[in-house]
Amino acid sequence: MAYNSLILSITTFIYGLAGVLYIFAWIFEKPTAGRLATRVTVLAVVANTFGILLRWYESHQLHTGYGYAPLSNLYESLVFFGWTIGVIYLWVEYRYRNKTIGAFAVPLAFLTMAYASLSPDKSIQPLIPALQSNWLIAHVITCFLGYAAFAVAFAVSVMYLIKAGDEKRAAANGGLRMPSALVLDDITHKLVMFGFLFLTVGIITGAVWAKQAWTRYWSWDPKETWSLITWFIYAALLHFRLMRGWRGKRIAVLSIIGFAAVLFTYFGVNFLLSGLHSYA
Amino acid sequence: MQENKEQPSGPGPSERLAEYIDLWWRFLASVKLSVVLLLCLAALSIIGTVVPQNLAGQEYARIYGPFWATLVLVLDLDGMYQSWWFRALLLLLVINIVICSVDRLQSTWKTIFVRHPKFDLNGFRNRRQRHEMDLKVGPAALQAPFERAVGKSFRYRKVVPTENGYAITAEKGRWTRLGVYAVHLSVVVMLLGGLIGSRFGFEGFVAVPEGESADTIQLHGSGQRMRLPFTIRCDAFTVEFYEGTRRPKVYRSRLTIIEGGQEVVQREIEVNQPLYHQRIGIFQSSYGRADGRAPAAAAPREAPDEVTVTLRSAASGMVYTRTVAMGQAIEIPENLGWLVLERFEADADFQGMDLGPAFIGTLTTAEGTSRTVTLPLDYPRFDAMRRGDVVIGVVDGAAGDAAPAERYYTGLQITYDPGVPVVYTGFTLMIIGCWVAFFMSHQRLVVEVTARGDGSRVMVAGTANKNKTGMQVVVERMTEKLTALAEDRQGRS
Ligand code: HEM
Repeated sequence: MAYNSLILSITTFIYGLAGVLYIFAWIFEKPTAGRLATRVTVLAVVANTFGILLRWYESHQLHTGYGYAPLSNLYESLVFFGWTIGVIYLWVEYRYRNKTIGAFAVPLAFLTMAYASLSPDKSIQPLIPALQSNWLIAHVITCFLGYAAFAVAFAVSVMYLIKAGDEKRAAANGGLRMPSALVLDDITHKLVMFGFLFLTVGIITGAVWAKQAWTRYWSWDPKETWSLITWFIYAALLHFRLMRGWRGKRIAVLSIIGFAAVLFTYFGVNFLLSGLHSYA
Repeated sequence: MQENKEQPSGPGPSERLAEYIDLWWRFLASVKLSVVLLLCLAALSIIGTVVPQNLAGQEYARIYGPFWATLVLVLDLDGMYQSWWFRALLLLLVINIVICSVDRLQSTWKTIFVRHPKFDLNGFRNRRQRHEMDLKVGPAALQAPFERAVGKSFRYRKVVPTENGYAITAEKGRWTRLGVYAVHLSVVVMLLGGLIGSRFGFEGFVAVPEGESADTIQLHGSGQRMRLPFTIRCDAFTVEFYEGTRRPKVYRSRLTIIEGGQEVVQREIEVNQPLYHQRIGIFQSSYGRADGRAPAAAAPREAPDEVTVTLRSAASGMVYTRTVAMGQAIEIPENLGWLVLERFEADADFQGMDLGPAFIGTLTTAEGTSRTVTLPLDYPRFDAMRRGDVVIGVVDGAAGDAAPAERYYTGLQITYDPGVPVVYTGFTLMIIGCWVAFFMSHQRLVVEVTARGDGSRVMVAGTANKNKTGMQVVVERMTEKLTALAEDRQGRS
């Protein structure tokens, strides 16, 4: 039983290894390590996929009627978050032919999975009636695609701020030098657009599900509200770019603030605000 | 956003007014204002997630003390998302969006709805990222195959003669410039839908015991009773649990809708599968045992002064009844320990399940170990889940022994929201608009062919309003394709 958790723990280490390889390849400019890092990341994503599918399978084996797509509690969502970060990062690497981003983005996948591993309850719990909805599955998948795009955009924005002073080393060297600030800015914008679209679809599918299960499409509960706050911040970022002279550094800062809001929506609301709400 | 600054002209009064209006117009159409508004909305929305919403006034005094509680109430922070100032902010956003859109739509409209768009040929000729090649075939022979090739990926196509040859001008995706307008319109549409819902809709609750009917619901918020235009009868209620647990797997009610004495609809509903009749939604939301007392709807939202507690010993099967006040410790017979009711929650939550009103208490065994127990009013046997030595149930009022009845009642949320179709239209518009705005662009291409000796010189250049690197790839591909075509033609002749 629970082979899925085992596979997913192993996945954590593979992401960790990939992250170390990327950092090594970047600092010492070693193309071999870079190529290896990409392969290890692919392996991690495959293992991650397998772990999720296995958990799905095992949930069906447990008891009749238990089976569900493993996207319904904190542990499962973290595991899926790790997967989406891995996939989106690989896409960015393929698209922009640059491996330095891996040194910043892949550790995020590792941290996510490591945090999932610390989760006290990894057991498969069957779904209460309200959670049995295809809208919920669509909701979780789209939200996390959005969050992962924002996570990688965060990594790229951090690179931008490091890079901003240091424009001279722009020449590419086997994809092991940081892309130019201009390219980093472009990647951030692309990822934020992608993330914004998916967050939008995520909030909307969540609203449609809420209408079905809880009778209202919007009730201003803290989680909902924080997802809207995140959405406002990224909408502001998209409009910031339209103003002359506001590209670059300020966009990078806003993208970092936006990701902080993502994290708060995801974790903070559960740990801090629910505490405030169970007052007395 | 282009901000064309005009020089202030003469100081005539009407001109001054025009200038004044223009200033306001430019302010209300500016992206700067929208960024400020979006960030303000983000920052202010935080308040309502920190300050608990919609509690009774004295609750705030208890949490924050009298001074801060007054401030909370004066600033409407207890229901901030419905407050006048939050609504004013949203209204300003709507005005900003509308004026900005009107301002820009005029020029966008002209770009989109022209029969023959203007191509600034010199602009294309001077583009840095253009492609040029010399071919050994004359311009005339190239025209037809080139036109066909360009036409395959560009819908609009027109050949214009130049001094020494011709230029094929082509474009597509003009309409994609409307994408952002759809996004902005969708924001207005969604807010409008929300407004319609809050003006004309209602939400309420009714509990119907099996075999009985109800036609009156209790409205949320005001607590008033409202008559429905039909009667709901609950024919049966069933609940299934997951194997080996008390975790509900599915609960469903078989309902009959009766209108003017006629049975018009008969259907089963369950969580996530509501029934709509006359656009009024009937949602399965909770259930409980119908034990003679009025169930959840009438349950007190305020903590009652005294409650009746039933204590069922697992060992002997005996049921003891006690009346207790909040905070008072009572001894459980058979040496099973002590119980203190700590607090009352109007809307308790247990592992994501909405329990409705409940007492939270502490149970201390004779050995001295303590644990928290949750005692929902609507589910007198909820505590059985704990599998302890004693099962504790609470009954409000002095209803006496709550021996489990065989009958269930079904808890139904009844809602009517005429804004939903409007809001969902907004959702669709928003998603389509974002897709178009982000991933589609208005692309223009010019292929200029000029006679040069026996052969011709070909220039390919393109522009796009977005995703310029993507357009670069389109131009490269087109160049390769046209070169191949020309070589093919050359081979044949
Ligand atoms: C919740 C409110 C809003 C949302 C969700 C929203 C969304 C968007 C999106 C997704 C884009 C496309 C950005 C891109 O292509 O990078 C956009 C562009 C734009 N928005 Fe907004 N917007 C909002 C409010 C406003 C307001 C109040 C204004 C008023 C000035 C405004 C003005 C613009 C302008 C001028 C553009 C650029 C259009 C273009 O590229 O031709 N937006 N908006």
